Amino acid sequence: MPKKQFENDERTVERLKHLGQKIKKQLEDPEEGDLTIETQVRSKSNVEYDEEKGRLALGDSYSTRKFLNISHARKFMQTLMVASKTKELVERGRTASIREIYYQLKHSVPGLDENTFEDQDESNNVVVDIETATGAIREDLHLFAEPKGRLFGPIKINDSGDIIDGMNMGTSGMAINSIVDHFEFVECNADKILVVETSAMVNRLVEEDFHKEQDAIIIGTGGQPARGARRLLNMMHNELDLPVYVFTDGDPWGYYIYSVLKSGSMSLAFQSDRLSIPDAKLIGMTMEDIEEYGLEHVTEDLKGKSGDNGGPTKDYKRINDVMDYEWMQTDEWQKQFQKMLDKGVRVEQQALASQSLEFVANTYLPEKIENDEYLD
Amino acid sequence: MAEGIDGQAVEAEGGDHREISVAEFFEKNKHLLGFENAQKSIITVVKEAVDNSLDACEEEEILPEIQVLIDDIGDEKARVEIRDNAMGLDRETIPKVFGKLLYGSKFHKLQQSRGQQGIGISASAMYAQLTTGEPVTVWSKQKGEPCHKFVVRIDTEKNEPEILEDEVVDPEGDEFPGQKDYYFDHGTTIEMDIEAKYTKGHHSVRNYLKHTAIMNPYARIVLREPSGNKIEYPRVSKELPKKPKEIKPHPHGVELGVLMRMIDNTDSRTISSFLQNEFTRVGKTSAENICEEAEIDTGRRPNTMSKDEIETLLNAAQEVDLQSPPTDCLSPIGEDLVEKGLQKELNPDHIFSVTRKPTVYKGNPFQVEVGLAYGGDIDDEGSFDELRYANKVPLLYKKSACVTTKAIENVSWNRYNISQTGNRPQGPLYILVHIASVWVPFTSEGKEAIANYDPIRKEMKLALQEVGRKLGKELKREERRRIQEKKKRKLTSYAKEMAPAIASLAEEGNEQEMEDKIQQLVEADYNPEQL
Repeated sequence: MPKKQFENDERTVERLKHLGQKIKKQLEDPEEGDLTIETQVRSKSNVEYDEEKGRLALGDSYSTRKFLNISHARKFMQTLMVASKTKELVERGRTASIREIYYQLKHSVPGLDENTFEDQDESNNVVVDIETATGAIREDLHLFAEPKGRLFGPIKINDSGDIIDGMNMGTSGMAINSIVDHFEFVECNADKILVVETSAMVNRLVEEDFHKEQDAIIIGTGGQPARGARRLLNMMHNELDLPVYVFTDGDPWGYYIYSVLKSGSMSLAFQSDRLSIPDAKLIGMTMEDIEEYGLEHVTEDLKGKSGDNGGPTKDYKRINDVMDYEWMQTDEWQKQFQKMLDKGVRVEQQALASQSLEFVANTYLPEKIENDEYLD
Repeated sequence: MAEGIDGQAVEAEGGDHREISVAEFFEKNKHLLGFENAQKSIITVVKEAVDNSLDACEEEEILPEIQVLIDDIGDEKARVEIRDNAMGLDRETIPKVFGKLLYGSKFHKLQQSRGQQGIGISASAMYAQLTTGEPVTVWSKQKGEPCHKFVVRIDTEKNEPEILEDEVVDPEGDEFPGQKDYYFDHGTTIEMDIEAKYTKGHHSVRNYLKHTAIMNPYARIVLREPSGNKIEYPRVSKELPKKPKEIKPHPHGVELGVLMRMIDNTDSRTISSFLQNEFTRVGKTSAENICEEAEIDTGRRPNTMSKDEIETLLNAAQEVDLQSPPTDCLSPIGEDLVEKGLQKELNPDHIFSVTRKPTVYKGNPFQVEVGLAYGGDIDDEGSFDELRYANKVPLLYKKSACVTTKAIENVSWNRYNISQTGNRPQGPLYILVHIASVWVPFTSEGKEAIANYDPIRKEMKLALQEVGRKLGKELKREERRRIQEKKKRKLTSYAKEMAPAIASLAEEGNEQEMEDKIQQLVEADYNPEQL
């Protein structure tokens, strides 16, 4: 494979260098403060919903990480180690998985009974810190994660010189890498994108040739969508001007997946502009589907109702949490959750199989698309 | 004797008075005297002899040198030889001290001392005689006098010494046992064969001597165990504690039986003069007040009082305000010696001690001192270890019945950074509690535990809290230092990892220079007083 060169490389190196020089200056000039890195706070308290743009954004509260504070020191060291390693990657034109980075930097610290990194979570967290501290995102840093998600449908993509045809992917589909920024869309005959939560439903739709019959790009997320899949959806939506329909289970977890795709997630709120699709719509499952398609006998009871000893857990707790999100305050959504609570049930995508296996591909989805029946 | 319980006592009621023999007395009371089993008996034999030796040395202000030599002579028997450098005994006294029960120099005295009943050493001799049939051998020499050797049996019928050998020996000669290059210008050596079980652990001769060594750091004690193993408990102070003064009883602390005996023995011709002469803190006015309260004529002869009148007099005395008894009759060893003792035997990181001011309980002066030893060579075996003393004598038995244990459990140790399970402090900790008094209230005749009286427990608790606070402060400081040191160690190591990263990110600067600067920051940040 040729050297990986991204369009942002030069800027990324500058950003990392800037971080190094800031630290160096602090060491040379006591007036500059004693070894501090500023990162944006990424907790709920610093996440704001931008109603106009329809997506989450990070507020402007910063947290300072000080080397001389013993509870920060370790992370401070880790941040600089990972930053230096990614600079090397960009300069050498290589990419590496976040797990490779972890193994490259993990070793025992001389004189201490500890390792530079104890587990990959530690290095993963530090990567996000570097993103907010420098403004260079993970993809800019030449770091990739495990591929997650797959694609089917009438689209041809140029990936590093190879042309991938989404119609020739058999039953497995094109695996979606964590870095997709370099993709070029060579040809597209689709008129919509269908995002599907569960892998089994993807298989069903492919077996029924839904992508061929309906000129649809099917993206399976396999649960919570990964960064690569979200970025790819964002690019296809913006560059190809395709509508995005999201098809999840009718439960708070499924609706949260929709919310992440549409408005962004809290932990990556600083990248919402390149990851979210504010126009995305939920095609199903809705609470109304239960009556409309006679699914009463195939619903599942919600778990974790609050009893005498303590508040709600599991499904009930999740409903309460998601209902409270600022970006879920529309009447339509509140109605969905309220219905869910009233009925005390959730409904899965695959419950549609109670009609027939083909039902979802031949009747349910086409009807909804034709009648513009969505939740927004 | 237990009246009315067994046939013997009923018989006595019938008028057939029979004097019981000392052998019988011993048999009946051996559990009170510390001879209930072979393991405990050897500790008791050593204890009685060592207590006597220490008392005798302190009496004459001699720095004690004591040797305890124990040989296994087979058949679960041991030969015990105990030698001291006290001033020795004269020829007449020797056989009585070792060959007659209830003969003692301290029996009628109200003075703080280790032994009190004059029963100890002769009971050991009795025990030897009963378990091995062997007499006791004693060598004793006073300064400038010849060295006497006695071999003595107790005539169990008459409670009189039966002298088997009485001769003068040359301490340099073969007849004198043990090492010759040893002080023997004055001192006493006794040797006896006893049934014994020599053990290790909490209840052992070794532990008893260790406890003794802590409380008497001005003594040098050597123990030779049956295995030949020699342990020296060194002397670390040449200062003896101040000598206790004799004291007359205080009317608030006297019991009816004692008062009756005092009246029997007095030479005073009137009750008023009896009260003034025989008691402390009673002057003419106080004596008159007591008699007035009791409605008894001050001028009567004391021995004309009936038992009821004596009791009335005693009760009246309790009602009359009297000055507290003088407290110079007490001899605590003092904070300095407590700390020296703990230091030399335990080698801990931290020692704190406090000697409280004397206090009076029911007319009896007493004084409490405590010490804490923490960390260092002390093993952390979970629960703390307790060092209990009454008049400098270690108490090894009946810990849970003792006021010292109750006092310890009354203290909130976790407030002093010492962990606690239930009421008991945990960790590498020794707690020393010493009570000095002319009359220590033991829970029973066995003198193994001190009674749980409020004023005593309160004094102990206050003392423990005082040292606890000091230790807690120190432990906190140490904890802070440890955290700061750990932090420094971490940052120093992290700096080494970071320096090359910074240099390569910044694309300039020398790694070593970078590291040096970080290390300077770390060094400047280190402050053990700050958390």
